[in-house]
Amino acid sequence: MRALPVAARLYVGLVVLGATAVMVLGPFDGIDPGTLVLLAVLFVVAESISTLVHRGKTGISPSSSASLAAVVLVGPVGAAIVGFASCLIFRRQDLVKRLFNGGQFAFAGYAAGHVFQMLGGGVGVPDEDAFPWIVLPFAVAVLAYSLLNSLLVAGLLWCLGAVRIQRPRRVMWRPLATLELSSLGYGMLGLFIAAIWGAVGPFAVLLVLIPLFIARWAFDQYVSQQRAHDSTLATLCQAVETKDYYTRGHCMRVAKAAGMIADELGMSAERVQTMRYAGMLHDIGKLGVPTKILQKAGKLTEDEFAAIQLHPMRGYEIVREIDFLDEALAGIMHHHERMDGGGYPMGLAGEEIPEAARLVSVADVFDCLTSTRSYRTAWSAEDAIIELRRCAGTQFDPRMVEALVRAVDREGWEVPDLVEPDEDECVTHHEPEAPAASVRVAGETTRS
Amino acid sequence: MTEAAPIAPAPARTNPPHRIGLTRPLIIGLAVLVAVGTLLATLVTGFDQPQVALAFGVLVGLGELARITLPGHREVAPIASAAAIAYAFLITIGTESVSHTAWQVIAVVAVGLLLGELPHIMVGQSPHWGDLARRLLSLSVLALVFRPIVGFVGPEGELWWVSLGLMAGLVVMVWALDSVAAAAIRADRLHTRFRVTLRDEMRAQLPIGMAIGASGILMALSAYVMGLAALLVFTAPLLVTQVAFRRFAEIRLTYLQTVRALSRVTEVGGYVETGHSRRVSELSQAVGCELGMRESDLLELEYAALMHDIGQLSLRDPIPSGATVLAAPREQRRIAELGSAVIRETGVLDSVAELVRRQCEPSAGDGDDGPPPLGSRIIKVTNAFDDLVGESKDADRTAAVLQRLRMDTDHEYDGSVVDALSAVLNRPASRW
Repeated sequence: MRALPVAARLYVGLVVLGATAVMVLGPFDGIDPGTLVLLAVLFVVAESISTLVHRGKTGISPSSSASLAAVVLVGPVGAAIVGFASCLIFRRQDLVKRLFNGGQFAFAGYAAGHVFQMLGGGVGVPDEDAFPWIVLPFAVAVLAYSLLNSLLVAGLLWCLGAVRIQRPRRVMWRPLATLELSSLGYGMLGLFIAAIWGAVGPFAVLLVLIPLFIARWAFDQYVSQQRAHDSTLATLCQAVETKDYYTRGHCMRVAKAAGMIADELGMSAERVQTMRYAGMLHDIGKLGVPTKILQKAGKLTEDEFAAIQLHPMRGYEIVREIDFLDEALAGIMHHHERMDGGGYPMGLAGEEIPEAARLVSVADVFDCLTSTRSYRTAWSAEDAIIELRRCAGTQFDPRMVEALVRAVDREGWEVPDLVEPDEDECVTHHEPEAPAASVRVAGETTRS
Repeated sequence: MTEAAPIAPAPARTNPPHRIGLTRPLIIGLAVLVAVGTLLATLVTGFDQPQVALAFGVLVGLGELARITLPGHREVAPIASAAAIAYAFLITIGTESVSHTAWQVIAVVAVGLLLGELPHIMVGQSPHWGDLARRLLSLSVLALVFRPIVGFVGPEGELWWVSLGLMAGLVVMVWALDSVAAAAIRADRLHTRFRVTLRDEMRAQLPIGMAIGASGILMALSAYVMGLAALLVFTAPLLVTQVAFRRFAEIRLTYLQTVRALSRVTEVGGYVETGHSRRVSELSQAVGCELGMRESDLLELEYAALMHDIGQLSLRDPIPSGATVLAAPREQRRIAELGSAVIRETGVLDSVAELVRRQCEPSAGDGDDGPPPLGSRIIKVTNAFDDLVGESKDADRTAAVLQRLRMDTDHEYDGSVVDALSAVLNRPASRW
């Protein structure tokens, strides 16, 4: 590492020095060298495989169960040595990183070992009558291990200036709890590995870890499929709007705004995602509206307006078979309803309109106003907010409008910049898009 | 969850009632025979150590209750299988050695599977009987080989690694046998080649099979130290595995649903006839199976077939009734290129984009790239067929269109694909 801050150097040095001192000073009595070496090898292998399988993610890996088995089998000093062995991990990593990882694992193992012994745990394969009470000191040792582990890593990150201590807006309890639970689970397995060490030998670790590695692999597959799915969905949505150069990117921006509002309202991560999908897909039914109506510049006749009003239903028809959309379906179908009941397709009013629809409607209009259309230039975010506030209560749900205002205040809103239309032979027309029809009515009245 | 719709290349309609292969009934029949026989035998002789049998039976039942469906319509019950393997491999519980027979193992597992399956059947989600039968039969093989020699291996001596090696070897052997059975059933169901399905099955069953085998062995060996608590403790890692696989299967299903639904935007936009993409996709898959394509290729083919017309979205005016076969070659080419560009944009479907890009090249190819990939040639034929026949199911019309396609096989269409198409269409009791 080249430009390592002095504080970080000092910190890494201290950790490594402390770990070395612990390992050199001992005491070493009660440590079976064969077991120690096997455990160290297994720890290194497990750690290597887990980074191989699960690249680039921090978090507790199954290898911690090998290190916690060492706490029971070879005591604190042994656990420190096993932890320090992670320096030898099979992968490209620079020396400082290796040393630090080894040092912090050694420290965590050493501390856990002392905690375990203080609370009455012995060294060596636990005999049958040690169960079930041995679970208690061990659980505390696991807690100490994962706590120290997190603290040491957090300390380094703080020295590096990568994280600053700040009060988060909302503490994300769920992911934190999941991480802690899984790390505790992996840790507890360490006890059971120690317990069967005598009967099954070192292969116990492998047998325990195989399902976990496969789980990681499957989870990785899941994550990459999820990503593939999201990008496919986004691409197909954008493909639908390629014809209209003015609305390009509309669906992604509405998805973003919808996500911001949902976040601001404190919805769960899953619902935020659903709202994003609703925003992304809200206009997919536009494709069913004849192009010449969408392109018409003048006032729409009754029939033409009726044709435009069909698009939410069309969109719903296209995507209703997609199970995960769930609440988003209602958002797509009703995103042109108005709070006073004057919207379409059903003329719902107030709370009858599904929450998702009220949310998407605000996000949709906000993006319409802040982007350029063939018949007018873009408004600034401030003007758009004034307009949204004016229509809150009659057209929009005030709660959604205020949430959007707060979110935009905090995170800002990038007004899309418009590049000149390229003379692509197949993309020849600008369609003023349909939600504009309703927006135009609202917007036009202010200006006239 | 995943029971609702078939994942990937298993359209339900390729399961015509008249032409079911012999393997599946054979395997199911054998499993029923084994289950009934062992149950009777065990009832006569009585259960050895009934509490142990009960514990394992309950775990098998719970595992079966929590079964999952993996991509490719494969039903697995990891926890049930692992518990069954553990029961077959059980040598001692604590210091007390166990001596149940292979018959008892099979009987207990059969009862457990059945009880775990009951709630599913009651809510109308009956299992894939073939997969269920395979679960029982592979366990039977395991038990029949291992139980007779259980006296010679014990965890006490220095020979623990012998028993470990033996168990691992048996698990691998049974995995291979099971894959053969699964592949035979699948080959019958999809009308495809056994060799191809065998490779698919082995690959699909390997990761989850390894997790199951490792957990089963671990439970059996650790019962020596921990007694029956070992069952609970070492179910936990497997549960994590199962959850991960389940989520993977769900997202795969979701992905397919999304592509299926969004492929219909061309229909709503009036670019193609209603149901065109779906029909081309199903037909392409049937043809692909007939030609012995691999599972992963079939999935790509399905995506490509569903999205093959997506390039039309960039057209100003829809082609009359969307029949690309009637458009000028240059126009067809451009639609294919545009569609391919859209798909490539996703960044994850490059090979699908390639299939779409080359879907209208003649069968020998027209550039320096050589002939287009098989998937493209299949889509070319099925797309032309569906454009010309449409929703009509009239046999004369079908025959006439096939004839027309065949006349063009020396240049435009791939002869073997047209032959496969006609084989698929002439299949009795099939919708085509």
